[in-house]
Amino acid sequence: MSIDQNTAAKVAKLARIKVEDEALPGLAAEFNTILDFIEQLNEVDVEGVDPMTSVTPQRLKRRDDVVTDGNQADKVLSNAPDAREGFFAVPKVME
Amino acid sequence: MSDLNKLGLAEARDALRKGDTTSVELTEACLSAIDKADALNAFVHKTPEIALERAAAADARLQQGDAPAMCGLPVGIKDLFCTKGVASQAASKILEGFVPEYESTVSQQLADNGAVMLGKLNMDEFAMGSSNETSTYGDAVSPWRRGNDDAPLTPGGSSGGSAAAVAADLCLAATGTDTGGSIRQPAAFTGTVGIKPTYGRCSRWGVVAFASSLDQAGPMTKSVRDAAIMLEAMSGHDPKDSTSADLAVPNFEAMLTGDIRGKKIGIPKEYHMEGMPAEIEKLWAEGTAMLKAAGAEIVDISLPHTKYALPAYYVIAPAEASSNLARYDGVRYGNRATLEAGDGITEMYEKTRAQGFGDEVKRRVMVGTYVLSAGFYDAYYNRARRVRSLIKQDFENVFAAGVDAILTPATPSAAFGLGEMSDADPVAMYLLDVFTVTVNLAGLPGIALPAGLDSQGLPLGLQLIGRPWEEGDLLNTAYALEQSTGFVAKPGKWW
Repeated sequence: MSIDQNTAAKVAKLARIKVEDEALPGLAAEFNTILDFIEQLNEVDVEGVDPMTSVTPQRLKRRDDVVTDGNQADKVLSNAPDAREGFFAVPKVME
Repeated sequence: MSDLNKLGLAEARDALRKGDTTSVELTEACLSAIDKADALNAFVHKTPEIALERAAAADARLQQGDAPAMCGLPVGIKDLFCTKGVASQAASKILEGFVPEYESTVSQQLADNGAVMLGKLNMDEFAMGSSNETSTYGDAVSPWRRGNDDAPLTPGGSSGGSAAAVAADLCLAATGTDTGGSIRQPAAFTGTVGIKPTYGRCSRWGVVAFASSLDQAGPMTKSVRDAAIMLEAMSGHDPKDSTSADLAVPNFEAMLTGDIRGKKIGIPKEYHMEGMPAEIEKLWAEGTAMLKAAGAEIVDISLPHTKYALPAYYVIAPAEASSNLARYDGVRYGNRATLEAGDGITEMYEKTRAQGFGDEVKRRVMVGTYVLSAGFYDAYYNRARRVRSLIKQDFENVFAAGVDAILTPATPSAAFGLGEMSDADPVAMYLLDVFTVTVNLAGLPGIALPAGLDSQGLPLGLQLIGRPWEEGDLLNTAYALEQSTGFVAKPGKWW
């Protein structure tokens, strides 16, 4: 499996990372180096082996579905690059 | 007492209880050492006011008696841990200016135990790297040098600042995190001790996430005894981390008897890597002989899927990272790119992430995005998770056969020069984690400790891998090995 520039551009788009056109060939080459390395996994016989879901056998703990925290809007917003009137502010989402 | 910053945790704890020194004196000695060590670029956010305030409180607590073991002991905190009111950037530009409103569980537990935070420590950006060269703060520099050569060396990564600070006696100990070897590899490169506990032993809450199924916090210290003391303070169940184990935390230090008679130590044949330096093979053989001389039984074992650990890791870790790092979008915290007229929300995301993430982080996020994308999920991600099951099974088989611990080299080489790997492809850097990454994939505890110097005078480390939840037994085996190696070398001060 080899990644071309179009695929590299598509992946960058999916990851929401802007990559300039002139950087795409280099990026595609790097992906291919890494994917070549990963291809070794095809040598392994995984027939009948379940994918790991949890590295420790324990079941995830459950807790009561109750409110334990809240009323901290100021703290939640304190690190926002742009916060107005108690909300996160972003550029226009819809025309 | 002089050179208080050179003490380890156990010595300083005992000195405090005898009244030979105070926490304020210990803290001032460390703060002074930190201020003279800017050339190492280990401490990237210094917190002297917090440190002195906590030290004074610790002294008062010690006066009252019955203070916890870590009370009054000055430590450094890796920048990956969120610390309330103190910048926490994960060494990334995208988190510039981020000051958490909360404290990570691990750093809170240390504070509750009376430990004194000296500041935040350098690391690879989002813990992605093996040389501390991907940090937005610039490279951390090892206090070690090759003989009289003044070329700067890497302290390893990702916990490079932690390793450099402990090795250079800027603090008594430090926290680290380990996703594929990020505690153990820098410990090995700097002649310090680092333990990654069993997955679930330490809470991940408030630790900036890289790959959640692999990340674990652990201590980086000057001795195995110190590692036992600090690990106990960092461990324990946390309702805020659903994967943290609800198990009692033993008194690890009390388990350090040095008696390993009758213990079965496995030597995995697959860890004899082609092209590994003869010095590493020799160190490993010497370590094996020492454990045998201490009364352990040495057995040859096989971990047949070892070769596939790194490729599986480089699917699973980027996949999880691409998901975890989706939160850095320029909306809730950190940097937002300057936008041009007409830019919408998609441009905001794309520009913010392009400007805020470094090259290695971008590479891994995009590889992760690719292996999770429609059409490739089964071929890459699910296959890697199946191989991960087989890697864990390898370890379960040898433990079921009665093996108590496994001895391996910690790294395939000694520390290299900063910049020396810059022309290599990304995979060459990934290979540095070849001996450590299996342990994360299997969720096991692993400890690196110094065992000797190479021909250039640089430290080399060995790794011991233990059974799940048996850090106490693992630490005891490491303690026995530490007594046999008698490693005491320290870097000559040049900074």
